[in-house]
Amino acid sequence: MTVLEGDFPVTRRLVLQGAGSVALAGLGVVSLRVPGTLAAANDKYPQDAFKQKDGKEAIRLLYGRPIEPSDKIKLDAPEIAENGAVVPISVSTSLADVTTIAFVVPENPNVLAAYYRIPQGTMPSVANRLKMAKTSNVTVIVESGGKLFSATKEVKVTVGGCGG
Amino acid sequence: MASSIRVRAIANGETTDVQTLIQHPMDSGFIRDDKGEFIPAHFIQELTFEHNGRPVFIADWGTAVSKDPYVKFTFKGGAKGDDLKVSWIDNKGETDTATFKIQ
Repeated sequence: MTVLEGDFPVTRRLVLQGAGSVALAGLGVVSLRVPGTLAAANDKYPQDAFKQKDGKEAIRLLYGRPIEPSDKIKLDAPEIAENGAVVPISVSTSLADVTTIAFVVPENPNVLAAYYRIPQGTMPSVANRLKMAKTSNVTVIVESGGKLFSATKEVKVTVGGCGG
Repeated sequence: MASSIRVRAIANGETTDVQTLIQHPMDSGFIRDDKGEFIPAHFIQELTFEHNGRPVFIADWGTAVSKDPYVKFTFKGGAKGDDLKVSWIDNKGETDTATFKIQ
């Protein structure tokens, strides 16, 4: 716990300096008061994180650690998605030792969309198609060398893909 | 029944590109049917790829992955003729598995 408190001011400053800080604040990841005991369960389906309605809580359950914006992540998503049921989104990164990649859509009913585990020897890139309920930021979180980095892009959705 | 999994895995020398399409409703649980009742959530939770018995990619999915999901990734290694085993399990415990040859 001492270690975590020592790290806290530095990490917070880094997060606030980053270009994506506004988006991250929206997700709530700037508030980093998390128990030091939480470790990312890297070997099984993160059931609880997928049920979360709140981005801050999903990220806490998934990682429990601070996240910094990074310009080494390339997030490809359309600026305008006519059909929110099928939004093609892909990501690649030049960060080293990537172990996981997560897609978070804060305006969706369940905010965590997909979580990919990348074993050693697999390239840190993935393309998939996600549903978006309405216009929202899409945030991708890359775990690289045990640290967390993110990139965010807004996608305007004309027709939502979650019904209701 | 025909497999729900379609894979195109192509070896490019040092790496292998894998594109996958799976037939699955991926019902989110937030959509109503004609009678106004919610269609229960029914979605793939875990999708695993193994190259010669070694996991090369694991996807954990929630309800926000589109119907008939598509995913693409690339791994180092893999040669023409190698086996790529793909399996998924959904939230109802239904599963499917298929093995493909890398092209």
